[in-house]
Amino acid sequence: MNNPALEFRSVSFQYLSEKKKVNAPILTDVHFTVNNGEFISIIGPSGAGKSTIFRLVTGLEQPSAGLILLNGKQVKNRLGLVGYMPQQDLLMPWRTILENAMLPLEIKGIKQDQAEEEVLTLLKDFGLEGTENSHPGDLSGGMRQRVSFLRTILSGSNVLLLDEPFSALDAITRLTMQEWLLQQWRNLKKTILFITHDVEEALFLSDRIFVMSENRISIHKVKVPLGRPRSIRDLSHPEVVRLKEDLIDQLRPRVES
Amino acid sequence: MKKFNPYLSSSLMVIVLLMVWEFGARAYNKSFILPSPAEIAFTLWELRSVLFLKHLPPTFLVIAIGLAISVIIGAGLAIWMNASKTAEKTFYPIIIASQTIPIIALAPIFVLWFGYTIWSKVAVTVLITFFPITVSAFDGLRSSNKDLKELMLTMGASKKDIFFKLDIPSSLPSFFSGLKVAVTLSVIGAAIGEWLGAQAGLGYFSRRMMTQFDGAGVFAPIVLLSAVGIALFLLITLIEKTLLKWRKAA
Ligand SMILES: Nc1ncnc2c1ncn2[C@@H]1O[C@H](COP(=O)(O)OP(=O)(O)OP(=O)(O)O)[C@@H](O)[C@H]1O
Ligand SMILES: [Mg+2]
Repeated sequence: MNNPALEFRSVSFQYLSEKKKVNAPILTDVHFTVNNGEFISIIGPSGAGKSTIFRLVTGLEQPSAGLILLNGKQVKNRLGLVGYMPQQDLLMPWRTILENAMLPLEIKGIKQDQAEEEVLTLLKDFGLEGTENSHPGDLSGGMRQRVSFLRTILSGSNVLLLDEPFSALDAITRLTMQEWLLQQWRNLKKTILFITHDVEEALFLSDRIFVMSENRISIHKVKVPLGRPRSIRDLSHPEVVRLKEDLIDQLRPRVES
Repeated sequence: MKKFNPYLSSSLMVIVLLMVWEFGARAYNKSFILPSPAEIAFTLWELRSVLFLKHLPPTFLVIAIGLAISVIIGAGLAIWMNASKTAEKTFYPIIIASQTIPIIALAPIFVLWFGYTIWSKVAVTVLITFFPITVSAFDGLRSSNKDLKELMLTMGASKKDIFFKLDIPSSLPSFFSGLKVAVTLSVIGAAIGEWLGAQAGLGYFSRRMMTQFDGAGVFAPIVLLSAVGIALFLLITLIEKTLLKWRKAA
């Protein structure tokens, strides 16, 4: 268990367009290590390649060079090994909440009643008791995201990838969800990679922040100088405020040059 | 006062039209050309056993067999076209082109091929109904969410999982829309088929009455045909409502 949960070793990647023409590289010689149980945020301007990193980790794409290691082992077919939570909740409108959450278990071929029991316990832990027979259309945005997160957890993997999960929520709901996520992360002891556009969100949630630049030169890794548990007030700490300004400067596209 | 029966206005309209027709027909007073609704109702009652026991069953059989074949061919083609680009490029233009053929003109050929058996009528029904079923099923399958498909892949889903858990459920709303169009068309198809030649059936009966200048006798089986169409439509709507409960009534 002392292996890092996820490791990129000089990974390069570019999308191949329809006519097999090679596009500009998205990632070149990327290195990083994510330790077991760590909470990492990835920030960067739009188009920097944040979601692309997730597509590589999940196995939807393969790197053109380099190695991706999961729990210390290189695995070629990674589909089904990492939990991925997309930006939209992507719940199936025709399935009930219970059936939606059961989807990854169904795909794994776990028996119906066993899967049901597992989901029902988790629904209770997630404050979603009593919604199991509702359809996604009956739930609020925050609740749907919780169901989507629950479904991600049920993938059973120790690495969870969350792609801007709260960006569609209003500010208050978002804060509640951030606190809720930290609590779940503590209980579940999972490794989380979390994409966001919001520097404050990244500072509040993570152990370390990976900053991707627009010019795709390198990934800058920043440690968050805050202990745990933390509250939203800790963000006004002078050291954190300085770091925040620094990060925003890095993200803002340079007008000169 | 908005809580009127939703069908109230259309029912009123029908009653008004029937009354206009009734008075018009009485004034005109040539019932072999324009029978009045009351006469038609009376004929329907008088001929009830012949119509319901002798002529309704064969027509209904044609409709049922025709629709069943259309659903099987249509859904099968849609699934194939969705799975293979080559199949789509091959069949889609042909399916569209098949609808430009005037089916009524083609129908006598079916009599040549199948004779006066039930199959010549079934062929006409299939030719009319498979189009809306195929196209709607295909559009439905194509409408499945690509992001959801990728999400399922990250869960380790197989092709089979994606087909049964994503593609099929996504296609159902569209498929049912097509099916509703198809059931109403199937009644027309069966009637056309029977006009061309048959020993029994509502379409055949209507035509025979025409040769006898029995206006009410022409209309009575048509009323029955239309009732069959409405009943089938309602049946499909009921199945749709039960299967797609999650869809909010708009
Ligand atoms: N399937 C694809 N084929 C070709 N190019 C793609 C594909 N997906 C993304 N790209 C391109 O790759 C680049 C990186 O995209 P990516 O989605 O990883 O960015 P991102 O950092 O997640 O941006 P955002 O913050 O807007 O979500 C973009 O320029 C995008 O246009
Ligand atoms: Mg993205």
